[in-house]
Amino acid sequence: MGKTLLDKIWDAHRVRTLANGQTQLFIGLHLIHEVTSPQAFDMLRARGARVAFPERTVATVDHIVPTRDQRRPFLDVMAEEMLSSLERNCREHAIPLLDLSSGHQGIVHVIGPELGLTQPGMTIACGDSHTSTHGAFGAIAFGIGTSQVRDVLASQCLAIDPLKVRRIVVRGRLAHGVYAKDVILEIIRRLGVNGGVGYAYEYGGDTVERMSMDERMTICNMSIEGGARVGYVNPDETTFRYIRGRQFAPAGDDFERATGWWTSMASDPNAAYDDEVVLDAAAIQPNVTWGINPGQSVSIDERIPSSGGDEALAFMGFRAGQRLKGTKIDVAFVGSCTNGRLSDLQEAARIVRGHHVAPHVKALVVPGSQAVRAAAEREGLDRVFTEAGFEWRGAGCSMCLAMNPDRLEGREVCASSSNRNFKGRQGSPTGRTLLMSPAMVAAAAVAGEVVDVREFVAAEASLGR
Amino acid sequence: MAVERVRQIAGTGLPLRGNDIDTDRIIPARFLKSVSFEGLETHLFEDDRREAETQAKPTHPLSNPAYASASIMLVNANFGCGSSREHAPQAIRRRGIRAVLGQSFSEIFFGNSVALGMPCPTASGDTLDALMQVVEADPSTTLAIDLERMRVNAAGREYEISLPAGAREAFLVGSWDATGLLLENFDDVRAVATKLPYVTANW
Repeated sequence: MGKTLLDKIWDAHRVRTLANGQTQLFIGLHLIHEVTSPQAFDMLRARGARVAFPERTVATVDHIVPTRDQRRPFLDVMAEEMLSSLERNCREHAIPLLDLSSGHQGIVHVIGPELGLTQPGMTIACGDSHTSTHGAFGAIAFGIGTSQVRDVLASQCLAIDPLKVRRIVVRGRLAHGVYAKDVILEIIRRLGVNGGVGYAYEYGGDTVERMSMDERMTICNMSIEGGARVGYVNPDETTFRYIRGRQFAPAGDDFERATGWWTSMASDPNAAYDDEVVLDAAAIQPNVTWGINPGQSVSIDERIPSSGGDEALAFMGFRAGQRLKGTKIDVAFVGSCTNGRLSDLQEAARIVRGHHVAPHVKALVVPGSQAVRAAAEREGLDRVFTEAGFEWRGAGCSMCLAMNPDRLEGREVCASSSNRNFKGRQGSPTGRTLLMSPAMVAAAAVAGEVVDVREFVAAEASLGR
Repeated sequence: MAVERVRQIAGTGLPLRGNDIDTDRIIPARFLKSVSFEGLETHLFEDDRREAETQAKPTHPLSNPAYASASIMLVNANFGCGSSREHAPQAIRRRGIRAVLGQSFSEIFFGNSVALGMPCPTASGDTLDALMQVVEADPSTTLAIDLERMRVNAAGREYEISLPAGAREAFLVGSWDATGLLLENFDDVRAVATKLPYVTANW
């Protein structure tokens, strides 16, 4: 019987099996940021320990950065203290920090891939649950807590339970106006928000194989919303094409040799899986969440189900049996580690070009990184957005989680390309989040209400696939 | 590292009903703006508590003085889903809770709790329902969790609980603080690193 990519990476990184049955697993890349690392550095200091592999550790700042006025010191004293603390810790331990002046700053899950730090066959850890994003490259990437950040700083290892693997096969063509975001929302709805507990999700099938790296990252990013701590796609030519030429990627002959190793780490055709699920891509419609967890979604034409969501319906102010089309929105947010990459901005721009944001809507576009922002500006996307009435911001996590000035007020309804619609997630305890694709957010911004993006644009061959 | 075994936990309960309670609800993101975990307990479930205050219904269990000295939290399914923030179990632990007993937990929350020496055993929905009813009827009821026998005792009745073998072992032998364990064999760690082509750049 063959092995899965998870098996192979596990074997290559296993230091030993601990007495309690957990694996001591070597972590090839440790990404850190300002929210979950300061306490870990304090714990390290309290033990008199040092960072074991500073050269395998990279830091950036994303959660707390203001996206409008990024001058230092930040107006928010606590935000300033968190960044200063990260700067001190990185200096003290010789860890590279990609800060606001670097040109490489951005959401940690956007910059890892775009710098070529994220590579197939790696183990990656970061004190952030959306670390699963990096699995798009055929890496095993864990979101961890602060005590585990301490463990990785001190030892470059995690003590971790072995995972089962569920293969999720998506077959067929996605309809126009249906995106990777809709696919992952469909998967989470189907398997449940805790369906993935104990599993790594391996995404495959011809639909996934045709996807760009940006699209694969969107899928893997939200694995955690389905309860799976890890999600991955086997590395292939698309992966290698993306990595080639990036700053930290192997170059020249090394690159060719690297692709050999990367290819060898992919799941064998006869690999055994603990579970397998098949989805028909053609049946997937644009999805929108109606509730307070990412599994509570319906397609744009569908009615909200009649059972199982009383608390969610009361909070959201929706009724069972209602359709979401026509729901008035107050805020439109394009950005986040789920959908803040260049292709997401391109799709959103395609929708808004020649239109204007509805007068009652506050709309903002927040690039996932400084590099995404610069690339978008080279294409003139910033002007498309600003002329349409969107605000064009600096890179950061922004309104996905509201640890910065970008947040909802009161009971505002936000059409959001982010990943979580939890109560209070976007900064107002009573604020309401509707998760959807960036194109759907753009269309909602223009219409002032939730609309079907497929009706909003003429079906172009280049839209969706 | 000091070895602290966690075998029995006894104390009163704090029932918190509801499935899929995420870490944003346990500790809203705005309270993560700090470089330490100190004082987080004062913001535990802050928005949920405030929402409860605006309603005619009874108050949130965390605002209920009858549960003020509770040391075992009782929850339902998929507790602690969402963000990996350790601030969530930190806030719960700092509130005086020493174990969370639930139907199921998100993996990251579970692991973070292990690292704090706070076990999160699971039990059936029927068991949780029975325990919550017992505690709601009499908040002074003592619950006793025994990780050696994998039982919880309440009001003269005993119920079965479970905990993955690895975590259970870590509590019983006192190895739940992993850093020391992971540093025991640093030569082996280096040996693994030198075999990885992306670490050595020897493709």
